[in-house]
Amino acid sequence: MKSGIAVVAAICLAACGNDRVAAPDTPPQPAPLKSGYAFLQPQTQALQDDDFANPSFLWVDRGEALFQEADGITDACSDCHAEGARSLASAAAHYPQIDQESGRLVNIEGRINLCRERYQDRPPLTYESDDLLALTAYVAHLARGEPVSVDIEGAAADWYSRGEDYFHTRRGQFNLACTQCHDENWGKKLRGDTISQGHGTGFPAYRLEWQTLGSLHRRLSDCDAGVRAEPRALGSDDYLAVELYLARRAEGLAIETPGVRR
Amino acid sequence: MATIRIAAPDTASAGDVIELKALIQHPMETGYRSGPDGKRIERDIIERFEVTYDSETVFEADLHPGIAANPIFTFYTRATTSGPIEFKWTDQNGQSWSETHELMVE
Repeated sequence: MKSGIAVVAAICLAACGNDRVAAPDTPPQPAPLKSGYAFLQPQTQALQDDDFANPSFLWVDRGEALFQEADGITDACSDCHAEGARSLASAAAHYPQIDQESGRLVNIEGRINLCRERYQDRPPLTYESDDLLALTAYVAHLARGEPVSVDIEGAAADWYSRGEDYFHTRRGQFNLACTQCHDENWGKKLRGDTISQGHGTGFPAYRLEWQTLGSLHRRLSDCDAGVRAEPRALGSDDYLAVELYLARRAEGLAIETPGVRR
Repeated sequence: MATIRIAAPDTASAGDVIELKALIQHPMETGYRSGPDGKRIERDIIERFEVTYDSETVFEADLHPGIAANPIFTFYTRATTSGPIEFKWTDQNGQSWSETHELMVE
């Protein structure tokens, strides 16, 4: 009798527990917490450390110009976000967050586009376009050095658990969950690379593989493609939720944008 | 529009060796890669980089498809006289971008 129950329990575990790798209790942080920077080769670290040679600054410069650009009809971003209460000095360290007006989760890219539509009467920029990357990189780089700290209470709670779920769900032909590499095996080798802890604190970042600046969502999409899963759309709810989960998971790490990654 | 970054001193003493750095945003597409649709991505590269100082050429380079995107050059020259340093990039179609930096020599 007893063994019968054990068999039933074992079958149930195998069948029900197959999709999901156990989520740890909060806080879900790897210990010790290490930025993606710590897993780079010294030459790549040197490139990130050099504010002239780091090619991401091409986008930061462009973002700064766009931030101050008035089109003659509406205000420039800098007209509202000057010094003081609306200063964006540390804003990026607290994103993604819930937009009070719509109740939806937005990241920096989303906030920039909301600002454009609501206050500047300009059309939203396409995700991953050079202009949106430039503005995002500029705004995020203002918070460089600020420790990440996001709100996961209230309306953000559902988003957080959705992101946590995505992170712990096996997917793709390789049947791998994010957590299996980035929680359980960071620091080990995956082909020629060292597996990082999977923090997004350097993004938008210049990836040598891309030869250009790219968003965190593009990076997530690459990871999904890497395990041969169907990548989600950039800016999709799934990736926004993962972005929030990652930010909570990286709490305390400093923003490094614009980072350089492999 | 290409974004350009230049690092050069604003002032120098005559005879000083000065470091000049120039970075330009450009894809440097080799013409050998194919895109997600399987079609070949058109070649698009900068072929020439020239720097003149007080109308005299102090640095020039031919670029080829093996060079990475957003190329950066670091080089040195000797400060002689106050004048403009002009950095100029020209691509395969003859389109060019340039930036000028004024150097004061005391």
